[in-house]
Amino acid sequence: MSVLRPLDKQPGLNTATILLVGTEDALLQQLADAMLKEDCASELKIHLARSLPLPSDVNRPRIDLIMFVVNLHSKYSLQNVEESLRHVDATFFLGKVGFLAMGAGQESHCSIHRNTVTKLANTYRSPVFFCDLEESQVTRFFRGQAPAHTTDANRTRLSPWPVPDTCPPGP
Amino acid sequence: MDETVAEFFKRTILKIPMTEMMTILKAWDFLSEKQLQNVNFQQRKESLVQDLVLLCEKRASVHDAALLDIVYTQFHRHRKVWDVFQMSKGPGEDIDLFDMEQFKSSFKKILQRALKNVMVSFRDAEENAVWIRIAWGTQYRKPNQYKPVYVVYYSQTPYAFTSSCPLRSNIPLLGQALTVASNHHKIVKMDLRSRYLDSLKAIVFKQYNQTFETYNSTTPLQEKSLELDIHMDSRIIHENRIEKERVQRVTQETFGDYSQPRLEFAQYKLETKFKSDFNGDILAERKEPLRCLIKFSSPHLLEALKSLAPAGIADAPLSPLLTCIPNKGMNYFKIKDK
Repeated sequence: MSVLRPLDKQPGLNTATILLVGTEDALLQQLADAMLKEDCASELKIHLARSLPLPSDVNRPRIDLIMFVVNLHSKYSLQNVEESLRHVDATFFLGKVGFLAMGAGQESHCSIHRNTVTKLANTYRSPVFFCDLEESQVTRFFRGQAPAHTTDANRTRLSPWPVPDTCPPGP
Repeated sequence: MDETVAEFFKRTILKIPMTEMMTILKAWDFLSEKQLQNVNFQQRKESLVQDLVLLCEKRASVHDAALLDIVYTQFHRHRKVWDVFQMSKGPGEDIDLFDMEQFKSSFKKILQRALKNVMVSFRDAEENAVWIRIAWGTQYRKPNQYKPVYVVYYSQTPYAFTSSCPLRSNIPLLGQALTVASNHHKIVKMDLRSRYLDSLKAIVFKQYNQTFETYNSTTPLQEKSLELDIHMDSRIIHENRIEKERVQRVTQETFGDYSQPRLEFAQYKLETKFKSDFNGDILAERKEPLRCLIKFSSPHLLEALKSLAPAGIADAPLSPLLTCIPNKGMNYFKIKDK
């Protein structure tokens, strides 16, 4: 059983590797594109995976951060994340895992309650971010809270993560 | 011309959008080129309609108005919801030579014998099809021109498409008229319904899985892989490429490369006993089947189903209940326990 461990490899020189796990490839791709557009102190690489475990025959660098992406409109995506979480070593959850919950802005399409994801994140002692992707490639992040009215006035900036040697995800 | 007929003309012409006015009038082929040239099509619609009605007044009858209505419906077929009927010949019956004129007169006679006031109009179309417009009346009332039923019958096939009939009681009569006039024995309503007549045709005549001859089958594959390359930043690595390719392959096997026929919904009526993993579940103890209706709606249902697995919203392969729709020619299902 291949389990992801945070420190089983040497870190790359001046590189950071982020793993995005989620069922909807288009979402992950958009997120990755947006992240790569931002400035980063290290060289950033983003791995996109549908689910864990990852194929074992591949030589990949050490993963510094895992973001599990849940689409609140799809129970299937939550199921997938819950199953993937089993393949992550417990030590990863010491600050190297986060949850992204997408689609809270469209309340009528949500089949998963926001609290379900919040509870999941709390169980794994990891933060959860609620966000929506927009056409203009501007992603708005609201830490820990779902946006009620997504006007510019309510937008809060994401504070940087206290994780050494990696750069924070997103703007 | 009768006031009611003039009103019928006016309302029919008013329905036509200005951009299509010339095309539809030409297709109607009642007003001559010269007459059409003398009409000012740049004026406001109300005045244009008045001018046209005046032109028609001299020699047009209610049948000509009905023909115009057929032409309008042919251009706007998606405004009606179409049902599909399938006819069959009795066992051992020979395939007779089809005579369109005989069919038309026979069809008309059957309806007129049963209902005193009914108006039937015919317009031939391509592929040996005939568009039939029926305006229903009663013994004491003239036909209601504003709630007609349309039937499109493809004479070389046992299939007929009908627009939904507001007067349900007339449907058996309509079926009977079709069957007898076309020398068939039995008629059955298929569990297939959609606004898109051409898609229904494609499904029923099994024409949906034909790729165009001029389309080179190797080029789409090349384009697909190119697309992946352009979008792939070398800093983005896809871990589950093999799985993605499997999903693409399975989707292509199920749905093919061609564009899907267009349906708006699929409806599943379940009458099955409740199955539960938990022991002692109250619902599982019921002897009667649980009734449940599931409806999938979409502007283009089959394309949406096709994109489910590649988008990561569902597992591939999809349930055969969903993928069998064009094959079986059904979008209404009744599911019972075996």
